[in-house]
Amino acid sequence: MDDLMTVVDWSRWQFALTAMYHWLFVPLTLGLSVIIGIMETIYYRTRNEKWLATTKFWMTLFGINFAMGVATGIILEFEFGTNWSNYSWFVGDIFGAPLAIEGLIAFFMEATFIAIMFFGWKKVSPGFHLASTWLTALGASISALWILVANAWMQYPVGMEFDPAQMRNVMDNFWEVALSPVAIHKFFHAVFDGWVLAAVFVCGVSAWYLMKQRRREFAMDSIKVAGWVGVIGMVFTLWTGDKSAVDVARVQPMKLAAMEGLYNGSCGQEIVAFGILDPSKERTDPADPYLMKIAIPKGLSFLANHDFNSFVPGINDLIDGIVITESGDTVRTTSYAERITMGKEAHEALRAFDKALAAGDSAGMDAAKADLKKNYQYFGYGYLDSADEAVPPVGMTFYSFHIMVLAGGYLTLFLIIVLISVYRYPKLWERRWWQWLSILSIAIVWICSEAGWVTAEVGRQPWIIEGLMPTRAAISAISSASVQLTFWMFAAVFTALLVAEITIMLKQIKSGKNEDKY
Amino acid sequence: MSNINTDTGATPAMQKLASLPGRIFRFYLDGFRSMTVGKKLWILILIKLFIIFFVFKLFFFPDILERDYDNDTERAEAVRSTLLNR
Repeated sequence: MDDLMTVVDWSRWQFALTAMYHWLFVPLTLGLSVIIGIMETIYYRTRNEKWLATTKFWMTLFGINFAMGVATGIILEFEFGTNWSNYSWFVGDIFGAPLAIEGLIAFFMEATFIAIMFFGWKKVSPGFHLASTWLTALGASISALWILVANAWMQYPVGMEFDPAQMRNVMDNFWEVALSPVAIHKFFHAVFDGWVLAAVFVCGVSAWYLMKQRRREFAMDSIKVAGWVGVIGMVFTLWTGDKSAVDVARVQPMKLAAMEGLYNGSCGQEIVAFGILDPSKERTDPADPYLMKIAIPKGLSFLANHDFNSFVPGINDLIDGIVITESGDTVRTTSYAERITMGKEAHEALRAFDKALAAGDSAGMDAAKADLKKNYQYFGYGYLDSADEAVPPVGMTFYSFHIMVLAGGYLTLFLIIVLISVYRYPKLWERRWWQWLSILSIAIVWICSEAGWVTAEVGRQPWIIEGLMPTRAAISAISSASVQLTFWMFAAVFTALLVAEITIMLKQIKSGKNEDKY
Repeated sequence: MSNINTDTGATPAMQKLASLPGRIFRFYLDGFRSMTVGKKLWILILIKLFIIFFVFKLFFFPDILERDYDNDTERAEAVRSTLLNR
């Protein structure tokens, strides 16, 4: 096998490429289905034909997006089996359950009702059609729920017990997995992010129609619905984002420290609103990690603990074992050096179990299993040679987080102006600069959404399962050449499909430009 | 009584149920036929599905543990051995 880290890096890049490509489509599906549901509900209640035309227009764009995105997520499951086979086996029972539920219930629900939504206009009653549209939206969200439950478990592994005989984590509490606060907050954050993204998309496309001076009523009606969905979505995105930040401070404090480029924490810790990191900064180097920054005093303490004067540990504090407890208290616990020692002891216990298993020694197996259980929470640390290996890439985590926050701040302002202006100052939508800004915001909302995922996934490195398994242990014994080959194949296929989708979508949008009726 | 099929003895409800798969098939067929945007889109989707399931899955993405080991005991041993030697 090639150099292990080369295979790990290429496999991570491949997974990132696939996941980010998949996430181009998912949030638009989540949000646009809700917008279409609202538009069709208005049509159902008013029987005004203009709302039927509006619903059908956005439904067509929804269909294009859905069709192009469908099955792109399945490639991630292929990668689990080929590139990450140790991981797949290690967590099979836990990861498999939510994904199986997703496949069986949500996907079939979505697939059934989406057909009625598109093909059933003249074949089922208006009420049944409306119900199908809403059930499609619900199915998409339920689909997202199970994927995010699985992802949240990797960030915060709960509800399982490790069985060394099977070499698997066996789920012993389904509800602890499904209702973990990390999963719930992550789910709502992702779904409402979809609402925001779709709302900005609708505003941008509508602004293009206004720029072309066509279908003004249709565009303004669409913006009204999108404005409400966007503002409500943004309120909940900010709220669940705050909840997620508190979760990260509790269960992944190293990620929070990397998100802020914070090496040495303090009470009343400031938050960096905008900053440039010093790339030459070393962890133990006492120099300031920022070349420049604009900071809000006590902001990070409030974000992490909802207390302006609380202590927020930095990377060095965490390595020394200083953390915030569930109740918000700052305590000294197990240092990373101790975790590494305990992780290696867990490995020794597993080795003893292996020998006892081979010898058929039941008592030895029981004793080794008990030893393993004592240190299992640090099992993954046994793969590390030094505490520095437990620090995520600070630069990428910091910049992706700040891009998300800055773009989110801009989008909040944008959506508030959208909602106010569409009712009170509609002339703003005739201004060319505003029309261009609305169109440009489509790109910004996608960057914001993808940056959120980069923060979540890069920030948890080196772990594929927090504390239990680093990526280097999860990787299969495969060659880096095979991963590189499929990486470039994916890059080529995904680029071609994306170009095709954008072309079809633009063609569809342009084809509606000359419709003079409504 | 007059609604019962004299040849098969089936009631209208039973007849309706028996024809359900056919009605679903016709629903989808009519839907695809009446699509205005979807022709090119469906070609792209079919190409995509072919690439994903036939090319990628069949030739490039085997399930390593399924392929290399016969049963779960062997797979568990292989994973244990790998995880203890990384």
